[in-house]
Amino acid sequence: MFDSLTTATVAIAAAAYIVAALLFILSLGGLSKHETARTGIVYGIIGMAIALIATGVLVVRRSDWLGIVLLLVAVVIGGGIGLWRAARVQMTGMPQFIALLHSFVGLAAVLIGWNGYLQDGGIAANLIGIHHAEVFIGVFIGAVTFTGSIIAFLKLSARMPSAPLVLPGRNALNLGALVVFVGLTVWFVITPVLWLLIAVTALALLLGLHLVASIGGGDMPVVVSMLNSYSGWAAAASGFLLDNDLLIVTGALVGSSGAFLSYIMCQAMNRSFLSVIAGGFGIEAPTKGDEDLGEYHEIGVPETAQLLADARSVIITPGFGMAVAQAQYPVAELARILRARGIEVRFGIHPVAGRLPGHMNVLLAEAKVPYDIVLEMDEINDDFPHTSVVLVIGANDTVNPAAAEDPGSPIAGMPVLKVWEADEVIVFKRSMASGYAGVQNPLFYRDNTRMLFGDAKDRVEQIVHELGRLSPAGAGSLSTGAA
Amino acid sequence: MPIGIIVESAPGETRVAATPSTVAQLIQLGYEVVVEKGAGAGSSFPDADYDAAGARLVTKKAAWSSAIVLTVNAPTDAELAMLSKGAVLISWLSPGLNPKLVDKLVKLPITALAVDAVPRISRAQSMDVLSSTANIAGYRAVIEAANAFGRFFTGQVTAAGKVPPAKVLVAGVGVAGLAAIGAASSLGAIVRATDPRPEVAEQVSSIGGSYLPVEVGEKMESSDGYAKVTSEAYDKRAAELYSEQARDVDIIITTANIPGRAAPRLITKADVASMRSGSVIVDLAAGNGGNVEGTVPGEKIVTRNGVTIIGYTDLARRLPAQSSQLYGQNLVNLMKLLTPGKDGGLVLDLDDVVQRAITVARNGEKLWPPPPVQVSAAPAAASAAASGAGAAAAPAKRRGIPRAARLALTAVGILALFALVAVAPAPLPQHITVFVLAIVVGFYVIGKVNHALHTPLMSVTNAISGIVVIGALVQIAAGDPLTRAISVVAVLLTSINIFGGFAVTRRMLRMFSKG
Repeated sequence: MFDSLTTATVAIAAAAYIVAALLFILSLGGLSKHETARTGIVYGIIGMAIALIATGVLVVRRSDWLGIVLLLVAVVIGGGIGLWRAARVQMTGMPQFIALLHSFVGLAAVLIGWNGYLQDGGIAANLIGIHHAEVFIGVFIGAVTFTGSIIAFLKLSARMPSAPLVLPGRNALNLGALVVFVGLTVWFVITPVLWLLIAVTALALLLGLHLVASIGGGDMPVVVSMLNSYSGWAAAASGFLLDNDLLIVTGALVGSSGAFLSYIMCQAMNRSFLSVIAGGFGIEAPTKGDEDLGEYHEIGVPETAQLLADARSVIITPGFGMAVAQAQYPVAELARILRARGIEVRFGIHPVAGRLPGHMNVLLAEAKVPYDIVLEMDEINDDFPHTSVVLVIGANDTVNPAAAEDPGSPIAGMPVLKVWEADEVIVFKRSMASGYAGVQNPLFYRDNTRMLFGDAKDRVEQIVHELGRLSPAGAGSLSTGAA
Repeated sequence: MPIGIIVESAPGETRVAATPSTVAQLIQLGYEVVVEKGAGAGSSFPDADYDAAGARLVTKKAAWSSAIVLTVNAPTDAELAMLSKGAVLISWLSPGLNPKLVDKLVKLPITALAVDAVPRISRAQSMDVLSSTANIAGYRAVIEAANAFGRFFTGQVTAAGKVPPAKVLVAGVGVAGLAAIGAASSLGAIVRATDPRPEVAEQVSSIGGSYLPVEVGEKMESSDGYAKVTSEAYDKRAAELYSEQARDVDIIITTANIPGRAAPRLITKADVASMRSGSVIVDLAAGNGGNVEGTVPGEKIVTRNGVTIIGYTDLARRLPAQSSQLYGQNLVNLMKLLTPGKDGGLVLDLDDVVQRAITVARNGEKLWPPPPVQVSAAPAAASAAASGAGAAAAPAKRRGIPRAARLALTAVGILALFALVAVAPAPLPQHITVFVLAIVVGFYVIGKVNHALHTPLMSVTNAISGIVVIGALVQIAAGDPLTRAISVVAVLLTSINIFGGFAVTRRMLRMFSKG
């Protein structure tokens, strides 16, 4: 069918794909350390360039001029949009940006699947059934990823309420959709007619919609990781369909990456993956509103500043609320000032703080907080008893002692930052409302906890200002001497 | 309503149900407080201090006839007779162990509340007299041990030579155990601790001890916050561990109490005999049968090989001012719950789990035992038997898939894969091989990714999953206009991913800087 030159090109493309696959693995491997991360990305970009050029050459050999023009136009427009959005996106908006990118992979997989059906000439008779099954599976995963990611995007960007949608028998609906999918696949393999493909596309789109709509805001880190995983499986399915190992390898890498992240997130919430997918966290949680947890103690800005000025060591535990209040810059400024006064300042990050794995780290990095003072929960949890002051900024469930102490709590067993073991805890909060899980937080009523009400950003700025007025090195207070 | 604080009549009792500082808090809740003269003497609280706090000093009869009476010990028959009609008695009643007392209380026209039956839930922690008492007992156990021990706890290098630190083993990491670990390590000793629940390891290390796990394939889970009975294999290994430790350590403090049963035997006669002369054992379970073979409840004995075994059952009484203060504070917290209006009016709400759990009798109606409630039904009955040394609340772990089922699933998965590859036609087995290996590689590569870089990881995987573009590119080459149009859309979308994903990842990584 092809001349010898084309055959050679195909062979070269295959070789290029292997190189690209290896470079992708190196790229992900580079992310194991901050120092190697940037080099890793360069590997990824080179890998992508090699794959694109090799495919480009193939296309040029096979296609007419119109195809080439269309290709260039699509790449230029798409690339342009991508670069433009990437340069503009706010770091607080990363979760929804990433969700949107997932949806593109999903949609692309659907389109590729459809194309695979529309032009299935030249496939050996013994493979045609498998080919159809691959089309079906690719379209299904892609479509679920697509609508699921769109809903996640809408929820994360607050264009849609983040409360879980509760339909009667929602687990039965999800399971039913899967069963119908399997049935349709068998049917399609036997009689590959167009309406079945349309039906499965519609089914998968609805499933994706329902799957994510029924999951609440607090579980979004898991959902985004899960969709990340799905987008990988969708790419791998396209690889099977197109007989392309590079797609399979990349898809499998991305798929297992997302699955791994989901697993870490679930661990961090002490929940099983299935229970997250089944959705509705916060519904089953009995909100014990009448609970008498005692009284909380308020504190003002000047006292907080004085407390910080006299502290030996300070740990800041940020949560999604910090991102909402855009308080990361003043918080970073506060950390700088305290460090300049010789106070040890560190950040403690809970794995599910924020709406995306690692979201808090990115926000703090953007505000120029050095990454070596930003520690994981496991690294810092033993240090709270030796800490003078903990600032809890916009976090709630991730610092809830009920998780560790109250077996009856809906979040019982979830690993949390043990902030209450510090000498003093200051909680920045708008009001006394519960967290995403709808669980009361006994931390607020502890004797060593002080509540600082108001907008986190304003309050931190005021503290920074107040600290500026206190003479440096705390000369106003008694010198504690070297301990 | 007046609250009466009385002189405790139990022999050897030093405590009192309210201190001047808790009296002031009760008055703030709107109550009038009357205190029998001399009530605080055993705990070094003179009558004048109660007077200054706002209490009225009265006779025994007047104190007992108050509308509400707070006591530390269960009243005697004579004292019960002094209670007025409709009175509320709040006391450490141990209703689970004391059915006779419960029957007596039911016959009287009074309401009886057992503070030691407070369920182990987080909002009731502030009223948990068992925890308060266990805490004191754990601390005092170390003090008693130090008193009987002929050497320093802390290691020192002095002009007269080097002093090694004492080695302390704490068996059972409940409230009492933790308090003992904390006290011993702040005295400078090397502290080791054992407990069937491995999740306490962190708590142990957080207060300066080191946790000695008992390594068998079994894991203890506790749904009610108390330790449970252990299995045979576990016990065998644990016994070996205790024997090893007994030969090595100077001081052993045992705090193992299992609700509703005799205390487990942890240290045998042989273990005691293997200890060095001058070593000390404090058995906090002495009143419940003892963890140590040879313990005499209430006594301090010295064995033939010179090991002191302390079996005091009144450790809380040996710290009267502290015990009274904590007990009194627990009662104040309970009174806050019972006084929703803060107006000096006691309202008992039997729909509330905590209030229901502690109510033993109400005006002739027997309300013991309370109906099983929530997770902590058992402790309500059992905590009375725990004699103050229960385990710290352990979070109930959700069970995953059982191991056998998991193995079976894995086997089924591997067999399915095998079957698939075996029957699939030509290119498919090769693709599946690549796919499976790539997943494994991915798993290991991703497992190494720094947690802090998870967001860049997601955006870079976004970018590389844009590789599906090559599928769409190949399809553009086809002549069919519909296919071509669809491919163009797919190429456009995936290009956004590739360029956007890499660009945003680079942007993020540039922000990470080292201090």
